[in-house]
Amino acid sequence: MKLKLNIWRQESATAKGAFKTYTLENLEKDMSFLEMLDVLNEQLVTKGERPVVFDHDCREGICGTCGVMINGRAHGPIGGITTCQLHLRSFNDGDEITVEPFRASTFPIIKDLKINRSAFDRIISAGGYISASTGSAPEANSILITHDVAESAFDSAACIGCGACVATCKNGSAALFTSAKISHLAKLPQGRAEARIRVVKMVEQMDKEGFGHCTNTEACEAECPMGVSVLNIAQMNWEYNKALLLGA
Amino acid sequence: MSTNFAEANSISRATIEIHEPRQKTIESKTGGGDAIEGKSIRANIPSGDLADKWQNFKDHAGLVSPANRKKLRVIVVGTGLAGASLAATLGEMGYQVLSFCFQDSPRRAHSVAAQGGVNACKNYKNDGDSIYRMFYDTIKGGDFRAREANVYRLAECSQLLIDQAVAQGVPFAREYSGYLNNRSFGGVQVSRTFYARGQTGQQLLLGAYQALMRQVNAGTVKLYAQHEMLDLVTIDGKAAGIIARNLLTGEIERHAAHVVVLATGGYGKIYYLSTLAMGCNASAIWRAHKKGAFMASTSWIQFHPTSLPQLGEHQSKLTLMSESLRNDGRIWVPKKQNDSRAPNDIPENERDYYLERRYPSFGNLAPRDISSRAAKERIDAGYGVGPQKNAVYLDFSHAIKAQGKKKIAEKYGNLFDMYRKITGIDAYEQPMMISPSAHFTMGGLWIDYDLMTTIPGLFAAGEANFADHGANRLGANSLLQACVDGYFIAPYTIANYLSNKIKTELPSTSHQAFVEAEANVKSQLDLFVKIRGDKTAEMFHKELGRLLYNYCGLSRNREGLKTAIKKIRDLKDEFYARLMIPEEATTLNVELEKAGRVADYFEIGELMCYDALTREESCGAHFREEYQTPEGEAVRDDDEFRFISAWEWNNGQAPILHKESLEFESVKLAERSYK
Repeated sequence: MKLKLNIWRQESATAKGAFKTYTLENLEKDMSFLEMLDVLNEQLVTKGERPVVFDHDCREGICGTCGVMINGRAHGPIGGITTCQLHLRSFNDGDEITVEPFRASTFPIIKDLKINRSAFDRIISAGGYISASTGSAPEANSILITHDVAESAFDSAACIGCGACVATCKNGSAALFTSAKISHLAKLPQGRAEARIRVVKMVEQMDKEGFGHCTNTEACEAECPMGVSVLNIAQMNWEYNKALLLGA
Repeated sequence: MSTNFAEANSISRATIEIHEPRQKTIESKTGGGDAIEGKSIRANIPSGDLADKWQNFKDHAGLVSPANRKKLRVIVVGTGLAGASLAATLGEMGYQVLSFCFQDSPRRAHSVAAQGGVNACKNYKNDGDSIYRMFYDTIKGGDFRAREANVYRLAECSQLLIDQAVAQGVPFAREYSGYLNNRSFGGVQVSRTFYARGQTGQQLLLGAYQALMRQVNAGTVKLYAQHEMLDLVTIDGKAAGIIARNLLTGEIERHAAHVVVLATGGYGKIYYLSTLAMGCNASAIWRAHKKGAFMASTSWIQFHPTSLPQLGEHQSKLTLMSESLRNDGRIWVPKKQNDSRAPNDIPENERDYYLERRYPSFGNLAPRDISSRAAKERIDAGYGVGPQKNAVYLDFSHAIKAQGKKKIAEKYGNLFDMYRKITGIDAYEQPMMISPSAHFTMGGLWIDYDLMTTIPGLFAAGEANFADHGANRLGANSLLQACVDGYFIAPYTIANYLSNKIKTELPSTSHQAFVEAEANVKSQLDLFVKIRGDKTAEMFHKELGRLLYNYCGLSRNREGLKTAIKKIRDLKDEFYARLMIPEEATTLNVELEKAGRVADYFEIGELMCYDALTREESCGAHFREEYQTPEGEAVRDDDEFRFISAWEWNNGQAPILHKESLEFESVKLAERSYK
């Protein structure tokens, strides 16, 4: 198949960027979207031109590294997948596709489609953990967690930190990312002890990074490749208000 | 206090013992190779009964007092399960830790991709599990080519790991009662695998990552994301630091430390098509090897039996489907060659459930090496399925009939979803197609019992080292080994090493050794950039991968390996003549990153071939066609090859082979049968 790509090219964080158009022919429908970018880069590099820089690593939808806006949608036209899981069979021969980096002031562009998401690490660092020191811990089965609670905690813990929620949100809010970790740990008995301190510190850090507020449009959930629910945001708000009222 | 204690107990293990020095060219009985034979080496295994060794070690190891720990600096390269767990633990203990990863966040290291689970002999299922049984399963699974003491310690620490992970909030699968659940994995007859749906690696890594970020917040760990280690610096033969490249700016940096730990994972990506992430590489361990650290069992690489088959020319990656699927899925091919009927049109009596046929007692849960080789045998014989005839079926129809679709969806729902996303096929309706793919490297840096390499002060943890899995790793033992090395073993052995170095100054980064190492790194990068040829690094990587797959993959033979060594050298020469890197070294330069890794892969590939050539037996993943039974089973040679091959770099000349003899005191060497 043949595709026309409008790709955002930007030399560095401070340089001015612009769209550049490339036409690729003889593509196979079973190729992944990122393998198509590999083909483009091979053509560019063998001609001595600078390749398109994009984030990627595991190429199986679990590391959370990849992520671009494809025709205005985070991770492309199919729901519930990351960019690396998108295949060309989701497009038609002759399509024109616009490829941009995730857009958010908190995710500055590094080069072309590659962005800086270190704000997420700082939110986790502020309190996204259970302060259990390593090396010794009580017998695992001494903490009973019912099947349903464990499954629910897993649903929250499934976040891969890709940032599609932020890129999709009109406010650039990181509420879904932050709340997923808060809920994951707050749902588990071993995480309850620090629940109040945790939520306050993480929300403070989220605000400090400059992420916008959540106005409940739920666009984040619709674009989340892992299907993380906005109910996590409700739990975050509940935990946060409780902490403010009762003291962290 | 700590210094005296350590000296008094004299278990400082800074040097390896060297015995019976002899130098000769290995002219094996078949004239196999031209590797040079070096000295035999020993692993510093503590004395005492097998079950007491680790406790004895811990009881007598040197300690560093809390006040002194903050004066000592440790560099940990890699933030997968081994690296993140170790950096977090050392940080908690109060050492100064510098943590490096090439990814943009430590949470993205490739441990994240492990799906099926983590083994621990908790015996929650009351099915007869014990430390000894887990130890024996692992030794046998590794085809009696691992160290008894290391493997016993792995099984012993497995129980602690589950406790640790639960305390951190890892959401393992639970029974309705609230107790932890287990499932079975290949190569064993008990249920000892703990899991978090199909994302056990991700959840364990998040536990370790969160512990690491807690230490970053506490100021004990300094994080260097998007940094790649390009050389190890040694002073007076000891590890003194690293040279790293800031991948965002291209800047070359010097970092000094009292101890350097490489937890940089495996090199299965050397085949290009593999289950590994695109960035996985061997450059850190290889450059340490070129500074004097021995590489062991380099050719022992596991091909995972349940990966998705290659579909097209431009494919960059083979996605893994968790081995846990083999609990309920049955593997088969048509009994007729080149059968082009749809799988559901092939009646039951025309299907060959070849694993159940060949290995009735383990059936579809036969270990990975055996399952992969059996699949390759069927595919090569013309029974493969799928558009490229390069796959076998993994069929759930029987399990769905017996247990219901809901139950299967609960166990494997996300894997079925993933399969549909990649192939567009609904595995509830028709069988999956699977194929073997390069996956895990049992080989790696040679380490002693303390996880220390042949360079004092340089340790290797997780998949980067070679020790625990022998010639074949059992499923769900890799997450275990990475965690156990990082949380429970290296923190003790590193403290023991440091206990008599509390007065040792941090090496100066203006020392001549740092200056030279940095200059060498820079000149190599400049060399790559200046070639200005017409081929990308990835094009060479693909060619190398095909070569290794054909000659040093699932099966090997003498002539093929000799051919491969020559072809790899030719390809390497072509690389240095025709490589193209469009940008300068002093900027973010993805092509340059790839070039450095591929340049190292040529040298590792060559060593893999030497390793495979000089081991004239079949064991585990290493299957030499010359050494098999008439039924096609591996034939081990315990008299001649009951040793670990540890290779010394010889400045690009034929490598030098050192042998570590494997002594089995607790198990009887037996034919490894799963029939």
